[in-house]
This record gives sequence, C-alpha cells and structure tokens, in this order.
Amino acid sequence: MNGVVAVMKRELASYFATPIAYVFIVIFLVLASVFTFYLGNFYERGQADLAAFFTFHPWLYLFLVPALSMRLWAEERKSGSIELLMTLPIEVWQAVVGKFLAAWIFTGIAIALTFPLWITVNYLGSPDNGVIFAAYIGSFLMAGGFLAVGACISATTKNQVIAFILSVVACFLLLLAGFDLVLNFFSGWTPQALLDAIASLSFLTHFTNISKGVIDLRDLVYFALLIGVCLYANTIVLHLKKAD
Amino acid sequence: MIDCQGLTKQYGRLRAVDDLSFRVQPGEVLGFLGPNGAGKTTTMRIVAGFLPATEGRVLVCGFDVEAQATDAKRRIGYLPEGAPSYPEMTPRSFLAFVAEARGIAPDKRRARLEEVFHLLHLEKVLDQTIDTLSKGYKRRVGLAQAIVHDPEVLILDEPTDGLDPNQKHEVRELIGRMAKDKIIVISTHMLEEVEAVCNRAIIIAHGKILADDTPKGLAARVPSKRLDEVFRSITGGAAA
Repeated sequence: MNGVVAVMKRELASYFATPIAYVFIVIFLVLASVFTFYLGNFYERGQADLAAFFTFHPWLYLFLVPALSMRLWAEERKSGSIELLMTLPIEVWQAVVGKFLAAWIFTGIAIALTFPLWITVNYLGSPDNGVIFAAYIGSFLMAGGFLAVGACISATTKNQVIAFILSVVACFLLLLAGFDLVLNFFSGWTPQALLDAIASLSFLTHFTNISKGVIDLRDLVYFALLIGVCLYANTIVLHLKKAD
Repeated sequence: MIDCQGLTKQYGRLRAVDDLSFRVQPGEVLGFLGPNGAGKTTTMRIVAGFLPATEGRVLVCGFDVEAQATDAKRRIGYLPEGAPSYPEMTPRSFLAFVAEARGIAPDKRRARLEEVFHLLHLEKVLDQTIDTLSKGYKRRVGLAQAIVHDPEVLILDEPTDGLDPNQKHEVRELIGRMAKDKIIVISTHMLEEVEAVCNRAIIIAHGKILADDTPKGLAARVPSKRLDEVFRSITGGAAA
C-alpha cells in the first residue's frame, strides 16, 4: 500500500503545483453553472431540485475528464520520468491505482465545490436532499468511469493530444452505448444478446438511474466493474509497452 | 553482485544488446564505455529492471530483476539517462516522494533526506521547482534520488553529463567515497572519468563486449598508454 499512497500523494500535489487544478476547477464550475441556469432553465422550471444541474454532467465530463486523464501516463512517457517510476520498488498496479485515485479525488474536490448550488435550492424551496445526495454519488462514480477509460488510453501513447482525442471518442461511445446512434451500427448483424449487452454498457442509463435517487446495486456494480476492468487493462498496457 | 547472463535485446530487426555476460562484485566501480548507440543505455535499463531482456537474465544480489522485480529494485539506485524527474516539483518534495515510495520509515526519512541534501549540496535550491534549476542541479537531484535509500547497487547513466569541471570533480569524489562497499556501474564516453573513478572498464560496441579490463590494463595495450587511443583502436575496428 506504501506505493499506492506515495504515488497518489505525489500526483495530487502536482495538480496543485501547476495551473491544471485551478483552470480545471474554475472551468468546471463556470460551465456547470452556465448549463444549469441557461440551458437547464433552472428558475423557469419552478422546481426546487438539481435535475437541471446533473443532466449536463455527462456532457461536461466528456470533454473535461479526458483533459485531466490525458496526462496521467503520456506525460510520464514524454518526459522520461516513467523510467524513474517503473524502477521504484513498487508494483505496476500500485502506480496505476495511485494515479487513478489522485485524479478521482481531484474530480471529487471539483464536484464538491458545487455545494453552493445545493445550498441555493434548499434556500429556494425544500428539495429531496436524498435524491440530490444520490445524484452526487452517481456523478462521482461516472467521473471515475470516464477517468479510468482515459487513464488506460493515456498509457498507450506519449502524445497527450492523441490521448485526449481517443479518450473523448471512447467516452462518447460508452456514453451513448444505449442509444440508436451506436446500436444501429450493430443491429442486424449481431445477436440480440450482444446488442443488449452493448446497450447495458451505457454510462447515461446507469447515471440517470442513480440521479433519480435510486441507488441500485446493479448500477454500482457497473461502475465498479468498469473502473476495475479499465485499471486492469491499464496495468497490462504498461507491461506490454515495457518491451519496446 | 550483479550477474548478467547472456543478455540480448532485440528491437525489431536491430539487435541493440547481443549476448552480453558479465559479473560485478562489491567494491568494483565498473565503467561502461562505448560509442553512441553501442548499447550502454539499453544494458543499464535492463539491469535496472526498466526494460525486459529479449533473452538472458540479470541477477542483482541474487534476485532476478524480472521475476523478483521488487526485491531487486529495492537494492538498486538508478540514475536514468538525462536524469528525468518531475519538473513541477521541488527537490524537497520530489526526494520526499522517492523516499516514501522506497519505503524508508517515516521517522528516519527526514534525517536521511537532510544527509542526502548535504551530500549533493542541494540546500540552496530545495524549494525551487526542478524545471527552474540548472542542468548541474538537475543532475544532482537525479543522483540524490538514486542514493536516498543507500542501495547496494548503483547504476548511473552518464552521471556527470552537463556538469562543469568542478561539479564533475565533486560527483566523482562522491562516487569514490561510496565505492568501498557498493557495486557501482557508470556509463560514460569521457575517458578521463574512467581513469578517475573506475577500477574496471568494459568497452562495448554493437551490443558486444570488446574489452573487459582495468583502466591501466587497457591503457597498456597501446604503446602510448593512452586510453583514448585504446578506445579508438578497439571500437574503430568494430565500426568498420
């Protein structure tokens, strides 16, 4: 565990040692508010809840989270510091988990800083705070899913731009896996069972479930599995890339 | 002891390291010499456990660097080529990270770090970010990172590259002081460095060992007794 904690602390500190942390948090908060009030018609809805706020989270994450995850491994490769990291007496998976946790905690901080909105709806009316809490959990889990996908892709390249673009595309497909846009591509030539499986991969379906206030075990398992599989793949990629 | 047995590294069609075998004992300071592209860095990366060998294996203090990677890496201090680090960190936070990742007990960490800062004269720049440091300081931060856990084996890829003559002298002194009970392998293309710090030199080219001797023994091979002439006569033939 020593390795996980050391890597996590270093990584988290480096967000705040560079402008990344501040730029990310400011942009996230500004965009989240703009979407909520202008696109989400927060006031016009006349309801004291945060549905207008959470609806836009998946789309915010689609661009912001890959911007955070793209550097996780690509930067280490580019600067050569990966040589240092990989010759420390820690296992590769410990470095993978440490880096992922740092990025996840960081997004957690950004999400937590939206608390004034929560206070605002409580001031304006009497919302169901259980639902809002569940939606926060769902949003945090979804950010973890996006991050794990992005971290894995970042490990395949030393070019951050490539990591960013591939991550956005991968996350976009996962986001919309349950929608016709993606499903039409598969329907007709794939068996129904596989089609259902692809549809069940959708971020959006699972997130929507949770954000309605229903924390279903299946949705939790989905995100846990997604993160687990991606981090496992991340470790494998690092092992495979070692040889060249 | 470092025990390399038949190391081979194949990059596509290029054979960077070709069936290399050698042993290094405690007390030895081995200079790895060779023209650019000879396979020095590749060999060091394999010994440090960063690159897997295509064939052959390396034992460090009895541990296989691939199969028992963590045990082997605990005993190795490694300065990679170009001394990479995390530019946004300060030497203080960077070395604290390395000390923690290397499992130095929290109560001993502070004293050990102070000792290392002092050994490498880093006190003045401890709280400056690494990307603002001169090349010489960056190299010394890299060296500090390699010795922080007082390893049995030190692998230093061009440790004095980019240093001014005074700094070179200091680093060589430091290596000399640590040499007694450690195994030190350094790569260099500065021949005077081999004469100054090494008690054994291996000359490689095209991934093969061409000579393995003491610096004096090597120099004795030519009438002028000059190491650069030996180097040219040995590696010049291989390049042709």
